[in-house]
Amino acid sequence: MSYAFKDFHWTRHIPIKNYFLPKTLSEALNILAEYQGRALVVAGGTDVLPQLRRREIDAEALVDITHLPDLKSIEERGERIALGALVTHASITSSPLVREKAKLLADGAGYLGSPQIRNIATVAGNLVSGQPAADTSTPLLALDASVTIASKDGERIVPLTKFFLDTGKTILDCRREILTRIEFNALKEHHGCCYLRLSQRKALALPILVCGVLVKVDKKRRVIEEAAVALGPVAPIPFRAIRVEEALRGSPISKEIIEAVGTIAIEECNPRDSLLRGSSLYRKEMAKVFVKRGLQKALAQVGFPVT
Amino acid sequence: MGTVKISFKLNGCDMNVEVLPNTLLVDLLRDVLGLKGTKVGCREGECGVCTVLLEGEAVNSCILPAVKVGGKSVVTIEGLVKENGQLHPIQQAFISEGAVQCGFCTPGMIMNAKALLDKHPHPSDGEIRSGISGVLCRCTGYRKIVQAIKTASQAGGRK
Ligand code: FES
Ligand code: FES
Repeated sequence: MSYAFKDFHWTRHIPIKNYFLPKTLSEALNILAEYQGRALVVAGGTDVLPQLRRREIDAEALVDITHLPDLKSIEERGERIALGALVTHASITSSPLVREKAKLLADGAGYLGSPQIRNIATVAGNLVSGQPAADTSTPLLALDASVTIASKDGERIVPLTKFFLDTGKTILDCRREILTRIEFNALKEHHGCCYLRLSQRKALALPILVCGVLVKVDKKRRVIEEAAVALGPVAPIPFRAIRVEEALRGSPISKEIIEAVGTIAIEECNPRDSLLRGSSLYRKEMAKVFVKRGLQKALAQVGFPVT
Repeated sequence: MGTVKISFKLNGCDMNVEVLPNTLLVDLLRDVLGLKGTKVGCREGECGVCTVLLEGEAVNSCILPAVKVGGKSVVTIEGLVKENGQLHPIQQAFISEGAVQCGFCTPGMIMNAKALLDKHPHPSDGEIRSGISGVLCRCTGYRKIVQAIKTASQAGGRK
């Protein structure tokens, strides 16, 4: 379906015929099955409603999952933290558990949209929208997150690195499946982390570049044991900069290694020239700056300032 | 298209209404219930003039399907005025500080300020600024708006 923007940017009409608020997961999946792809899952709706109004997506019915039980919790489970699908950005940013053990995610979620959006937009929805600039994707990638997807055939658990396919596209079919849970690593004392974001304004602005960094250090040997570096939107999907991570693994903490991986980061990015987000050249250069700055900040947190 | 019956609390009163599955809360408030205090601008969740409180939290009513408020409590700018007609301290402060120019953003600003002060009765300047970061003032009078919220907080602008 393609309509010209001028025809529809001003319409107030949301072209759906039915709105369901199922009380159980199986009820929700049944409705989706009945509609055979003509119904769409919605939670906070902050992406879906404007897209429907602008006729960018098309649906006959919405299946609102906000009344499903047990999907609002934030829990520590051993080494991991689990979020239900209905956890909002506001509850993540204010959660003491997430602030303590996944600070970069709390920070990322705190940048999204505006206070009003953060109050209803869910983290699961942010992932399902599949935008390479999503504020929770890069922190979650760095935290080795996985997601649980429910469908009529049962549940499957997928690592987040396998979840994104293309801009606006993920392996989840939001007309047949529901993302029910997100799980990720809980950080410990020897972990340093940070989330960096570049945008035109400090509020309500889409990011030009986001970067999630995580390091685990061996304090005695002054060595980086493990590192995770995730970047967006400098390719069609947010991604882990694997070659940067490989170069960091086992390396002594030094100015030289940080300098070296900054250069590798440039090679891992493939941003397009964009009127909104700046030239490819600029964003590649900034990816280098952010990877270096992110590592410096994360290392400083665990007692190794490198300047 | 069938209608849906919903019951919710609006500014403290019980409401029973029938809405369409695609009715947005802002249109229910303005066009059906006649509460024109809540404004509507972008219909995108970008400008915040349509802000109302849902269970005490600020939300954009232009992207909120009305069926979603069933069983919940909603407060609009009209709900801030006392029964005897006395203005809320935040409203009073907006007037005394000259924080209203054309007034289009004012209800959105005040509802966000209310949500903020209910949580943090004495916010810092930074907290005030991020508290209203989801509302665009077309007249760009942010300085006085921040000042008004500060004045209201000093006057105990919670109630
Ligand atoms: S009209 Fe709702 S955010 Fe602009
Ligand atoms: S006073 Fe005119 S938009 Fe704010």
